[in-house]
Amino acid sequence: MTLEERFDVILAAEDKIEPADWMPDDYRKTLIRQIAQHAHSEIIGMQPEGNWISRAPTLHRKAILMAKVQDEAGHGLYLYSAAETLGVDRDQMQTLLHQGKHKYSSIFNYPTLSWADMGTIGWLVDGAAITNQVMLTRCSYGPYARAMVRICKEESFHQRQGYESLIRLCSGSPEQKAMAQDALNRWWWPSLMMFGPHDTDSTHTEQSMEWKIKRVSNDDLRQQFVDMTVPQADYLGLVVPDRDLRWNEERGHYDFGEIDWEEFWAVVKGNGPMNRDRIEHKVRAWDEGAWVREAALAHAAKKEGAIT
Amino acid sequence: MTYEVPVAPGESAELEETADLATEVWPMWEVFVRARRGISHVHIGSLHAADAEAALQNARDVYTRRGEGASLWVVRSSEINAFEPDDISDYVDANEKPYRLATTYEIPDEVGHM
Repeated sequence: MTLEERFDVILAAEDKIEPADWMPDDYRKTLIRQIAQHAHSEIIGMQPEGNWISRAPTLHRKAILMAKVQDEAGHGLYLYSAAETLGVDRDQMQTLLHQGKHKYSSIFNYPTLSWADMGTIGWLVDGAAITNQVMLTRCSYGPYARAMVRICKEESFHQRQGYESLIRLCSGSPEQKAMAQDALNRWWWPSLMMFGPHDTDSTHTEQSMEWKIKRVSNDDLRQQFVDMTVPQADYLGLVVPDRDLRWNEERGHYDFGEIDWEEFWAVVKGNGPMNRDRIEHKVRAWDEGAWVREAALAHAAKKEGAIT
Repeated sequence: MTYEVPVAPGESAELEETADLATEVWPMWEVFVRARRGISHVHIGSLHAADAEAALQNARDVYTRRGEGASLWVVRSSEINAFEPDDISDYVDANEKPYRLATTYEIPDEVGHM
């Protein structure tokens, strides 16, 4: 059996590919690219929420938000660790992110304007992330699939705390409810955009499905998310900002309106409201931390010298 | 949502990018966690740290935030020795030596459970 045949047999048997296995070069490159973008999304995703830590309305909410942001850092680290099993260095991925050669999820290029955005992000953005990540627990690459299992457990806390915080807002004063509605109005469409282009316009989908990196198509996942989320909006008494949204008895799914693809591609290309700020902030944090990284290495070398 | 990288019209769909690194980086460590007493340590992932003490502290923060660990080990990744997958999977073909397996021996029912 050739190496490639062995690889195909493992995939066909629904077994996992592990780091030391032979794999097609493009399988490895596709995974590095995807896992790096996933890791970067977790790391950049700390910024919009970090923005509200010092202004959380209660100590309880502040503690929750800090735990959530710390989880995002952890998720980034699990994922960089999974990518490194494919022979790429974490610092290399960081550098490519800083140079704008690597992307992260566009959702983090929207600003967090009110406290209601914290609940809404947990509910919608983490909800959309779970929809995708549950699928990825069945991904053919072992280290990525395992990282997803850990992440999904923690994302469930993220989504539930967000929705619960919105229940509180929506049962508060009319002003609080209006704030929640405003947040939903701003985050609904970008959340649907998180599932990516239509299947017909998705460059890598077909190959990724064949390799079992991806198990469900963009449009199918998006439909799954809409079906799950609309009743949750109803429970909150909030109105989803889509005039074309209605239950389709025949299909057994919600019909919904068309995404503004011009906006989608503009943000992907770097022209969203926060693209420049996010990377500037990331690079500044990295540069300002350089002395810590160097000092830790110097300390380790000094201790080593003292022992031997 | 998708973590596939969208390729905008007119953008290159090139899969691989590389960057030059000037500085020395923290070495990598493999992390093993014993989830609770009574079971073995299990490999859970890896991380970067300047030395063993920092690696342990980072491992505690990254992998046991919800009490998932009763004990932690960290080992420098460069200290791990491993077979290639074929060197171990070709060693024994279970079908070739069935007499090693308990289930290949027939014990009469009247003897009872063995």
